[in-house]
Amino acid sequence: MIEFKDFVFFVLSLVLIASGLSVITSRNPVTAALSLVLAFFNAAGIWLLLQAEFLAIALVLVYVGAVMVLFLFVVMMLDINLDKLREGFWDYLPISGFIGILMMVEMVMVFKTKQFNLPTLSETLPNASNTELIGNTLYSDYVLPFELASVVLLIAIVSAIALTLRDRKDSKKTNPADQIAVKRKDRVRLVQMKSEEKFVKPKAKERT
Amino acid sequence: MIGLSHYLILAAILFTISVVGIFLNRKNIIILLMSIELMLLAVNINFIAFSHYLNDIAGQIFVFFILTVAAAESAIGLAIIVLIFRNTRSINVDDLNRLNG
Amino acid sequence: MNSIYSYLAVPLLPLIASFIVGILGRKLPEFFASSMTISSVFISFLISCMTLNETLNGLILNQTIYQWLLTGHYQFEVGFLIDNLTAMMMVVVTFVSLMVHIYTMGYMKGDPGYRRFFSYISLFTFSMLMLVMSNNFMQLFFGWEAVGLVSYLLIGFWFEKPTAIYANLKAFLVNRVGDFGFILGIAMILYWTGSLDYATVFKNVGVISAHTMQLFGQPVSVITVICILLFIGAMGKSAQVPLHVWLPDSMEGPTPISALIHAATMVTAGIFMVSRTSPLFELSDTALSFVMIIGAITALFMGLLGIIQNDIKRVIAYSTLSQLGYMTVALGASAYSVAMFHLMTHAFFKALLFLGAGSVIIGMHHDQNIQHMGNLRKYMPITWITFLIGSLALIGTPLFSGFYSKDSLIEAVKLSDLAGSSFAYFSVLVGVFVTAFYSFRLYFLVFHGKEKWRLQKLVRHDDHHHGLSPKDNPHESSLSITLPLVLLAIPSVVIGYITIEPMLFGSFFTKSIFLNPGVHPTMANLSHHFHEIYHGPFGMALHSIISLPFLFASSGVLLAYYCYQINLNLPKFVFSRTQGIYRILENKYGFDTFNEKFFALGSRFLGEKFWQIGDIKIIDGWLVNGTARSIGKLSEKIRVIQSGYIYHYAFAMVIGVFLFLTFFIKI
Repeated sequence: MIEFKDFVFFVLSLVLIASGLSVITSRNPVTAALSLVLAFFNAAGIWLLLQAEFLAIALVLVYVGAVMVLFLFVVMMLDINLDKLREGFWDYLPISGFIGILMMVEMVMVFKTKQFNLPTLSETLPNASNTELIGNTLYSDYVLPFELASVVLLIAIVSAIALTLRDRKDSKKTNPADQIAVKRKDRVRLVQMKSEEKFVKPKAKERT
Repeated sequence: MIGLSHYLILAAILFTISVVGIFLNRKNIIILLMSIELMLLAVNINFIAFSHYLNDIAGQIFVFFILTVAAAESAIGLAIIVLIFRNTRSINVDDLNRLNG
Repeated sequence: MNSIYSYLAVPLLPLIASFIVGILGRKLPEFFASSMTISSVFISFLISCMTLNETLNGLILNQTIYQWLLTGHYQFEVGFLIDNLTAMMMVVVTFVSLMVHIYTMGYMKGDPGYRRFFSYISLFTFSMLMLVMSNNFMQLFFGWEAVGLVSYLLIGFWFEKPTAIYANLKAFLVNRVGDFGFILGIAMILYWTGSLDYATVFKNVGVISAHTMQLFGQPVSVITVICILLFIGAMGKSAQVPLHVWLPDSMEGPTPISALIHAATMVTAGIFMVSRTSPLFELSDTALSFVMIIGAITALFMGLLGIIQNDIKRVIAYSTLSQLGYMTVALGASAYSVAMFHLMTHAFFKALLFLGAGSVIIGMHHDQNIQHMGNLRKYMPITWITFLIGSLALIGTPLFSGFYSKDSLIEAVKLSDLAGSSFAYFSVLVGVFVTAFYSFRLYFLVFHGKEKWRLQKLVRHDDHHHGLSPKDNPHESSLSITLPLVLLAIPSVVIGYITIEPMLFGSFFTKSIFLNPGVHPTMANLSHHFHEIYHGPFGMALHSIISLPFLFASSGVLLAYYCYQINLNLPKFVFSRTQGIYRILENKYGFDTFNEKFFALGSRFLGEKFWQIGDIKIIDGWLVNGTARSIGKLSEKIRVIQSGYIYHYAFAMVIGVFLFLTFFIKI
């Protein structure tokens, strides 16, 4: 009889795999996004099994709550022509499927070796909660990467805004590249025209 | 008994799925990004599994950072997609070959 | 004179005069050009005479003046070797040059290039003197090349004439072919003896005579190869068959230079060189045979060509070729002193003949066709007499200078027993007949007979208004032209009688020309003949009346008299019956045609092929542009991989990972 834990694991992993397949094969991008959400949930479950509670919750909160919402925003915002999208979809399946299956088989072969067949830990429960453990290590050994990660997030914010910012329509700022690339023919036009009056030299006494 | 190798195999399968997904989804760039997220998820599962079975918290710290970076990367990636869509009115990957040789 | 530097004046004075006249001349009056050069050559002549006097008293001077180059084992220097041979050549060269300088005053009067001409002939005098006075092969070669250069400049003197340019280029190029052999010979001498100095080389000649080398798979004696190569140089310079083709064309130059360069001095440089290197030639019978046979061919066949020429200068040019052949035959017979003797007498009477021809040309207002002349003895008496004297000397009339040299030559060839000597004897004997015939054909047509220019049918409109119209009379040339004629006529008559004994049979050349009397007893036998049988020069003249050469010569004169004075239809009759032979003679045995077609056109053909195919197609097309093109094509093919699609790149990465996995997995 399999244990409950193993049963949970199998269920979760099956759903995870199924939803992963759904992500890549579904016709509707919204369906794909929602399948991805489901996959994340299941992954969080698996992580809970592995006693990584903090990260499981963080996955749900951050990833599902923020990133996938962002994805859904974009999917729904872009006006996509669904019909044209699916043309030639399955063309590459043979070759990619072949490569994929081969990769999987190889990785499985590797992982089934003795080195990777570690048994479950004996139940030496850590004497602190997962969060505490993470916090301890994070703020002592890995404080610098932590700060750098925050810089990365800052950069992400700034660039996301800078990329998609549309200018104010009444802004008068100039584009220096365009200014330099101007040619004479864009600015000057020579026109030949006859003079309208004949030039008469003024007489001496008229000159002042 | 569920050993380490089970988790690793799971992650491998997920990884393969996402690789195939990158290759199949030539028409929809958003699905492409989603398969990249899947790839990252698979790697994260690997890390957590190792962290659990080697009793080393460093794996989870690493997942922490991966999560951060993945979030940042999706944000910027989506911003770029929005720009592409604004300029070319399509999210067809096949149209994005302007950097060819 | 005390030091070597006084001899330096002999070549340097003409050089300085040449430079000054050449550079400044145009701004100064004509008289300056002529007087400067004539005075410098005159002083050189005086010093040469003094030198001859000294060498007759036993002076031999061999000294280096200036070390030019010192490299490794070899040193090249400028030096003088003054002995009897040199002194004789110096006197001949300066005297003939002086005569030509004086003559030019009258001949080139009014020519726009008057000063340039004087500069060139002085430069020539310098070059020739450097050649004859040198004491090493390098300086000899310098003089050799320099006279070739000045000859080029002078043949093409009237450079607006395309025929003149053709001729001077031909002369230079054919000379070059000879020079190539000459350089190889000199290089071999340098290699085998380690020095180019005459004294050193001649001392070591015994050392190298034992060696043999491989040539085209056959072992040949080194000395033979050296001598033949040196003689090839002489063939080019002294116009032996087949390198003779330039001499007739060189008549495009003004007559004074034909006299100076192509009769008396430059063309004799080859003969001089072989005499100078007699120690080398004496050791190789093969080379001597070769020399003799080539000389014999030249002597006979070139003389035959002289019979049909109608240009007064061409007849004398072929005569020169023939006489050079004579000198070469003498060299081959180991009678070097006879060759030098004939060189000297020939210089005088051939220069006389050329200058006389020039006087005739001036009288005929630059018409050179002898079929337009006739009876000129009435109008140009001095020219007539001197020309007659020259012709008599040329054919070997007893007591004249040419007689002594020619007859000694023919005797020497008869006494020689080298391979080919019988052919040579036959050639020189028949050549006497031919020489007499064409000389007197020329003489009778020009100075006797009807005044053909008066015939109405010959009137034509020359582009340069050449020629006399039927009403004109030719008149005698000015003093500056006739004086050299007279001065040259004197040695043409007397010098043979005076100098034969000391030169040939006395001690004149013993220190300069090396003979191997055991192997080549020619001179000894000749001397025996001269002393025992003829009892001196007068006896030789008496004896000759019953000798073959005199017989041949007189029959030639008689035949010419008959054909051109008595029965004027005979030449036409013979001509109509011998069309084939005439055509061969007219075509100059096909040498010119062959050279033009094979060498000239052939080189151009090769050049074109190299240009079109080698350069344009292969180097430009395949190597240079082709490399660029193939790089372009290759990159075109590689460019396909850079599709721009991210999924292609991702797939490539995946495949890479997969391959790594496959190759590094160890289950």
